[in-house]
Amino acid sequence: MIDRVLDSRELDRFDWQFLAVTAAILSLGVLSIYSVTLAQAGTGLPLYVKQVLWILVGCAAFAAMLRVDYHKIARWSYVLYGLILILLVVVLVVGKTSRGAQRWIPMGPFAFQPSELAKLVLILVLATYYAHAPRAGWMQRVVLPCLVMLPGLLLILKQPDLGSGLSFLAICATLLLVVGMRSKAMGILLLCAVMLFPFVWELLWGALHDYQRERITTFLDPAYDTGGKGYHALQSRIAIGSGELLGKGLHGGTQNQLKFLPEGHTDFVFAVFAEEWGFLGALLVLALFLGLLMLSLEIALKAKDVLGALLAAGIVGMLGFCLMVNIGMTAGLLPIVGIPLPLMSYGGSAVVTTMAALGLLLNIKRRRLTLFY
Amino acid sequence: MPQFGTQQEELREIQRRLTILKIALSAIIGLLAIRLWDLQVRDGAYYRDLSENNRTRTVVLEPARGLIYDRQGVLLANNVPSFGLYVMLEDVKDRQALIAGLVGLIGSDETALRKKLSERGGKFMPRKLKGGLSLREAALIESHRRDLPGVLVRADSQRNYPSGPTLAHVLGYVGQVSAEQLEKAESQELHQGSLVGQYGVEKAYDRFLRGRAGQKEIEVDALGHEKRTVSVEKPAAGDDLYLSIDLRLQRLAEELLGEEAGAIVALDPTNGEVLALASRPSFDPNVLSRELTAKQWAAIVQNDSHPLTNRATQGQYPPGSTFKIVMATAALESHTATPSTKIRCVGGFPFGRRVYKDWKAGGHGFMDVTQALVESCDVFFYTVGQRMGIDMIADFADQFGLGQETGVELPSERTGIVPSTAWKAKAKGQPWLPGETISAAIGQGYVTVTPMQMAHLIATVANGGTSFRPRIVRAVMERASGLSHEVPTVPHGRLAVAPETLALVKEALAGVVTRGTAARARSTLVSIAGKTGTAQTAALRTGPEQDIPKKLRDHAWFVSYAPVDAPRIAVAVLVEHMGHGGSAAAPLAKQIIEAFVRYERAEPKLAGRPEVGRPEGLALAMQEPR
Repeated sequence: MIDRVLDSRELDRFDWQFLAVTAAILSLGVLSIYSVTLAQAGTGLPLYVKQVLWILVGCAAFAAMLRVDYHKIARWSYVLYGLILILLVVVLVVGKTSRGAQRWIPMGPFAFQPSELAKLVLILVLATYYAHAPRAGWMQRVVLPCLVMLPGLLLILKQPDLGSGLSFLAICATLLLVVGMRSKAMGILLLCAVMLFPFVWELLWGALHDYQRERITTFLDPAYDTGGKGYHALQSRIAIGSGELLGKGLHGGTQNQLKFLPEGHTDFVFAVFAEEWGFLGALLVLALFLGLLMLSLEIALKAKDVLGALLAAGIVGMLGFCLMVNIGMTAGLLPIVGIPLPLMSYGGSAVVTTMAALGLLLNIKRRRLTLFY
Repeated sequence: MPQFGTQQEELREIQRRLTILKIALSAIIGLLAIRLWDLQVRDGAYYRDLSENNRTRTVVLEPARGLIYDRQGVLLANNVPSFGLYVMLEDVKDRQALIAGLVGLIGSDETALRKKLSERGGKFMPRKLKGGLSLREAALIESHRRDLPGVLVRADSQRNYPSGPTLAHVLGYVGQVSAEQLEKAESQELHQGSLVGQYGVEKAYDRFLRGRAGQKEIEVDALGHEKRTVSVEKPAAGDDLYLSIDLRLQRLAEELLGEEAGAIVALDPTNGEVLALASRPSFDPNVLSRELTAKQWAAIVQNDSHPLTNRATQGQYPPGSTFKIVMATAALESHTATPSTKIRCVGGFPFGRRVYKDWKAGGHGFMDVTQALVESCDVFFYTVGQRMGIDMIADFADQFGLGQETGVELPSERTGIVPSTAWKAKAKGQPWLPGETISAAIGQGYVTVTPMQMAHLIATVANGGTSFRPRIVRAVMERASGLSHEVPTVPHGRLAVAPETLALVKEALAGVVTRGTAARARSTLVSIAGKTGTAQTAALRTGPEQDIPKKLRDHAWFVSYAPVDAPRIAVAVLVEHMGHGGSAAAPLAKQIIEAFVRYERAEPKLAGRPEVGRPEGLALAMQEPR
């Protein structure tokens, strides 16, 4: 029989580090949102206050995910996935449309974005699946999980939400990598990918909205037209670069204060931060994220069972991918796709989901010292 | 457990592979750090330079709003230049001094100024403090510019309605876009500070009138002041509207109502065009289109006589005896009564434990349906109403367009109520009582209608059962192409009623004027047909009319059309609390109809569709304000 006990009721040093890094990243996010949105006229609560409220909700989600044994949560993963699929259908029917994409379910004064939550649920489903799958052929290891992922992916791409769709693929890829495909399976998958590429490309490219296509095409040459298509990428680069070593100081970022840089509080929050706090500030953010990812990997490495290790690996994959794509696009390394920077970008659904994921991580860590009889 | 071993083995395998992830993530973050070093440190100076030269600023150029004309080309709404007071917060050294200075110079409201200054918003963008400055105020401020750093006076455009409160409910007014409207709008259409229609045609046709904003890219100095224009995308002016309203009839209708509350709607029954739509009391859209203080706004909204309510489309009144047009048609069509059915009226109709009175104490004697309409006998309709039942009445009322929007292009039209058993179960959760059918039969009880619905109803009767959706805009003149697009006539269905029935009802309606309750609508100029109505507002009333407080007195109705054999105008008149329809409403309808006929004779083109052209002498008004 296996009995699980918590290693300690007290928070140990590891927990404190984990919480401190998280809190630091959240605070830097709120600071940047405060700086950008102060200049924007508007009624109602300022966005940075709203973000703080969302973080409080996130704390509740964090605590909830920490309390319940992750094995119990995993038992519900298929049900949760079913519910998420329903929500993704609902959003296509009654969803609020903004900039040509239908991503939000209106709920009173707020709007809920199911595709954010879907990422976490996908990690749960795939980890649960692999934890129980026998060490069988590549059919069970590769094809079935991909089929499980497919309906969610297609519904998200229909919205269209390219960023969340890519996150889905990244999560799937991370788990495939970690679970370990044999070289033969890897080869077949690669071959399939190459053969399917034209069709998938057509499907994806055809499903993209004009603004998304422009963002990708202009990535190739953003300097081509400063007033038009490459505007975003160029202004973002100017914002980051002009921060130089020490930055321009709070509210000093002319790029965002004068509205050269749109979306400063959401997808481009890193550019705002880097403009106002310089290379040193940007490095601090990178260091904090590196710390968070390494602590999370530590949890995966020391997890006591396959389920725990895979859950942790999936979450690390998700956070790492979002970090890479977001900072990569603001710094002009990658095309602009709408992926928020975890814990820093404004947005309730993303903040709450990410904090729930972190709660799940700590849950895995705190249940790793188990007693075997 | 055999499974246990493989689990542990697999776990170790997984954890070995996690190292790949670890290396990959470290490498990615390292790569990002190098990229940031390149951007911020190696090329930092270059980008800093670029950001400092990022001095072009985009300024929105407001489009000129489309103009509105009546059916003869009389200007109803245009734009006039005005001065706006702006401030660039970045340049303001001392807010206290600024406020004191402005209060001293132009006597602005100190708290309002303080509020505007402390609102959230960028300090690099000029912010509007006050619109509609007089020339004198603008000059005063200009001459004191040195003492008021940061203050700017700019030429703005102000919406102007030359005829003031006349036609206010139809035209509506404009105002700055609200936060909600901004949220709902398609991304590019509107922006903070846009003027949008908030009421009436201004709101309903806002998409056409609004035009498209342009933008100007300007180069600014370090303080944000304009130095040079880099590029200009001109704004596109909004489209002009030509209404079907005849301003002369409109003025007459409003003068006839005078100080009384009420509504007059005149339609062309052959196509649904609204010739006049008066609602009193009215308001001045010029005042509402300016920036009102909270106090001014409260005074208008809280006014007991509700001047902002368009009584023609939003006022819901019991139709009283005008409803008998529906009842007579229903009785004949359902064969509840034949043209020769006679019912004896003795001045009352006993039902249940009470007697429903006729307006004529002694009764009308033997009545057929025609005579019952002519003399407006209540007992006849009590009887047929009771025989038909409420649901059959409701079916016919529905066919006549009651209980639903007429579809006229004015926002927030009300529907009134056509009661039925289903309606009562839904609205009140109670079963229908038989006595309520008796009240409904003479247009009392739960039945309510709007004057627009009654105008539409009588126009349908006048036009032999074919109805058109009432409409106010005849044509939209596209500014870009100079072409005018006529708004098509929209058929609104046909009454499924035998021609003989309608002919009988029409003959009776002519009789109402020649020998019945609307003798005061008789005209020497033209033959008129119609139906009077007196809508009770309070259930229990005793004593002579003049002793009753005015707000409890009856509403007077008259619905009519002319000429009798080939109707070209249909008029519905409602005057609140003025007693009998025959005495208070019918004479007003007569005057409108006579005026219409006189205009028509003077210029036969009126009835037809004159070509929509740009009237002369408007060049000045059409000039863009800036």
